[in-house]
Amino acid sequence: MIDPTTPLEKGVSLNTAQVLLEPPLGRKVMELDDVTVAFAGRKAVRDVSFDVHEGEITALIGPSGSGKTTLLRALNRMHDTVRTASVTGRIMLGDTDVNAGSTDATLLRSRVGMVFQRPNPFPTMSIYENAVAGLKFNGVRKKALLDEAAESALIGAALWDSVRDRLKAHASTLSGGEQQRLCIARALAVEPEVLLMDEPTSALDPIATKRIEELVGELKHRVTIIIVTHNMQQAMRVSDRCAFLLMGEDKAGELIEFGPTAKLFSEPTDPRTLDYVNGRFG
Amino acid sequence: MTTLSFDASSDPILVRRERIQSVAAASLGRRKIYSKIAVGVCWAFLVVAIIPLVAVIVYVVIKGLPAWSTDFFTHPTYPEGIPGGGVWNAIVGTAEIGFIGTAVAVPLGLLCGLFLAESDGRAAAAVRFTADVMTGVPSITIGIFGYIAIVKNFGYSGLAGAFSIGIIMLPVIIRAGETAIRGVPGHLNEAALALGARRATIARKVVVPAAMPGIITGVLLAVARGLGETAPLLLTIFGNQYMQWNPTKPMNALPLVIFENSSQPYADLVQIAWGAALLLMVVVLILSVGSRVLAAVLQKERR
Repeated sequence: MIDPTTPLEKGVSLNTAQVLLEPPLGRKVMELDDVTVAFAGRKAVRDVSFDVHEGEITALIGPSGSGKTTLLRALNRMHDTVRTASVTGRIMLGDTDVNAGSTDATLLRSRVGMVFQRPNPFPTMSIYENAVAGLKFNGVRKKALLDEAAESALIGAALWDSVRDRLKAHASTLSGGEQQRLCIARALAVEPEVLLMDEPTSALDPIATKRIEELVGELKHRVTIIIVTHNMQQAMRVSDRCAFLLMGEDKAGELIEFGPTAKLFSEPTDPRTLDYVNGRFG
Repeated sequence: MTTLSFDASSDPILVRRERIQSVAAASLGRRKIYSKIAVGVCWAFLVVAIIPLVAVIVYVVIKGLPAWSTDFFTHPTYPEGIPGGGVWNAIVGTAEIGFIGTAVAVPLGLLCGLFLAESDGRAAAAVRFTADVMTGVPSITIGIFGYIAIVKNFGYSGLAGAFSIGIIMLPVIIRAGETAIRGVPGHLNEAALALGARRATIARKVVVPAAMPGIITGVLLAVARGLGETAPLLLTIFGNQYMQWNPTKPMNALPLVIFENSSQPYADLVQIAWGAALLLMVVVLILSVGSRVLAAVLQKERR
């Protein structure tokens, strides 16, 4: 227990800190209920339950092998492509049951976008074509809508000013950080409700990482973000809420603690969380 | 409770989200049909492409299996009218010719492939081009070369056949070896370099072992291809009715048995040809399946 008379930080009393610790709750966008992902019968992550709120950034943290990425990929059914994978438990996106047979995976993925570890713009497409690729995949053909969405997404990804004069240039002419922002723009253009980010800065240098982090903070008013990161400072800087996962004894990842980021890092309830955020392992 | 949701009628992003999602939902049916048709066309072409392959295999099995008997595997070819003839001499011939050809072509081809993989010079480009051209040269041309180079000077022999078969296998092994070695990630090379290893050591200890699954697959496929060649053997080993273990003498081989017996007017000799065809097919099948299994096992051991 923390002694209520001890200030947490210089000049911050516990009362103000308490306010910081609990961000206001928005509408629930996603609900995870006992989600378990197994490959060929072996559980990779098990029994994870938490809610994701609108306009917030939820970070999944934990050491390697704790199932962060595996869990993230279950949220937009990326495991569909792996024959041996099975996802059990319930994942709700609003009123939609993500894993229900009646839910079309392609429609679901247009509502739940994804950004990957390494920038992966389509190499044969121009910057503009990359930005509108998702829209075209989803049957949007109206030029006006494509242009509007592309511009808005590129502005949203803080890329518009540097590429507006060379939209026809190949995506490979961009730097690594710019390519990753193009990938974010590509995901944003479809106007998803949720954006999944799988360690989006792990292949980038510190400056590009900083820009992406700033961008993530700005984007949360546009789209609800779930971000996987193995960088605790990053989780602390960008996220509102944090899920801490750890590999259990049966090698399956499990959720140790879920809560407001500030609380998770300052006064976690589980000793393992405290050890991890203090860098005692992982 | 504070809520961060927006007024849907005014927020441009929510408006656009609505529009995009309605287009996506409305076009879903069309996209599904398009996808189904595309996948269906792929399946249809797959079936069309596979029919002749399956037909050949099934036909050879049906026709060839009745020929298989103990005599077939243990007796040499007998002339028409004498029952109990087999292809034992041809099996021995094919095995010896294949073994000698492989023994010569594999070290040559792999070292050559290693050189090509490690070098981008003009000599390498020339060798690579030659190997590519040789892959496409009709095998009868190789046969004529073997005839002129060996048979004209030393007479017909199993060795002359092994020479021709080796030449057939050589470019395949060179290119397979090069591809396998080039497939080894460059950072392994760099890691060894940074430890002070010399090029030859790196090749022997790091690169070639890492490329081994690919090399084995390539070599076995080359052997399979070499064993099935007929034209080079026709012009070099002459054929032999009798048992012949000595590769410096004219020998018989399975492709030759197929070629010669299938054009005979006698049913039992044609039967022998079918049996030999089935045997050759089984050997080639074992080689290519074996190469894959071996590569998979090696690959698994790495993990």
